[in-house]
Amino acid sequence: MQLARVVGSVVATVKDRALERRTLLLIQPIAPSGAPAGAALVAIDSVGVGAGEEVIFVKGREAAFAFLPDQVVADASIVGKVDSVDLGREGGERASNGARRAPPSRRGERAVKK
Amino acid sequence: MIIGRVAGSVVATEKHYKLEGRKLLLVQPLGLKGEARGELLLAVDGAGAGEGDRVLVVQEGRSASMISGRLESPLDCAIVAVVDRVELG
Repeated sequence: MQLARVVGSVVATVKDRALERRTLLLIQPIAPSGAPAGAALVAIDSVGVGAGEEVIFVKGREAAFAFLPDQVVADASIVGKVDSVDLGREGGERASNGARRAPPSRRGERAVKK
Repeated sequence: MIIGRVAGSVVATEKHYKLEGRKLLLVQPLGLKGEARGELLLAVDGAGAGEGDRVLVVQEGRSASMISGRLESPLDCAIVAVVDRVELG
């Protein structure tokens, strides 16, 4: 499981029947610090998230579990919407180095923009 | 499975129904000498772990998705034990 930011959506009129009425979103994986980590990918939304939001996604066979009993052809699924990330004591120290984006509301916590 | 240390947490109120009531923790994988090794993992807590705890993490999806008896949950990384001690040879 990983954190990501929704950076766009994908529209496909012609698609496998198993993808009908599913939302395809373009997501950019991020590290807990908020920095981009790796290449963007397409994931299917199981929660109802929007552009710019921080999300939790799952890769692999388990991604398809999000839609059971429907059998959906998915190898990446969004399973949660992030409220905040707490990087603990170590994160608090990193904050003083300006490594994180948002000012901490408390020790090591990184608020997520809504 | 790997051993890691809980380094933080992620709060997500809206999530898939099979993840409801689950704690999401950031885990720093550890090397043999207890040193930090590699990137932070995002894991679902199945053992009641807290920050600073040393934990056992399953990264194989089929197994991770079975924690606490909820079959076929959409997750691929889970904390399955809190480590008391590790004895080296």
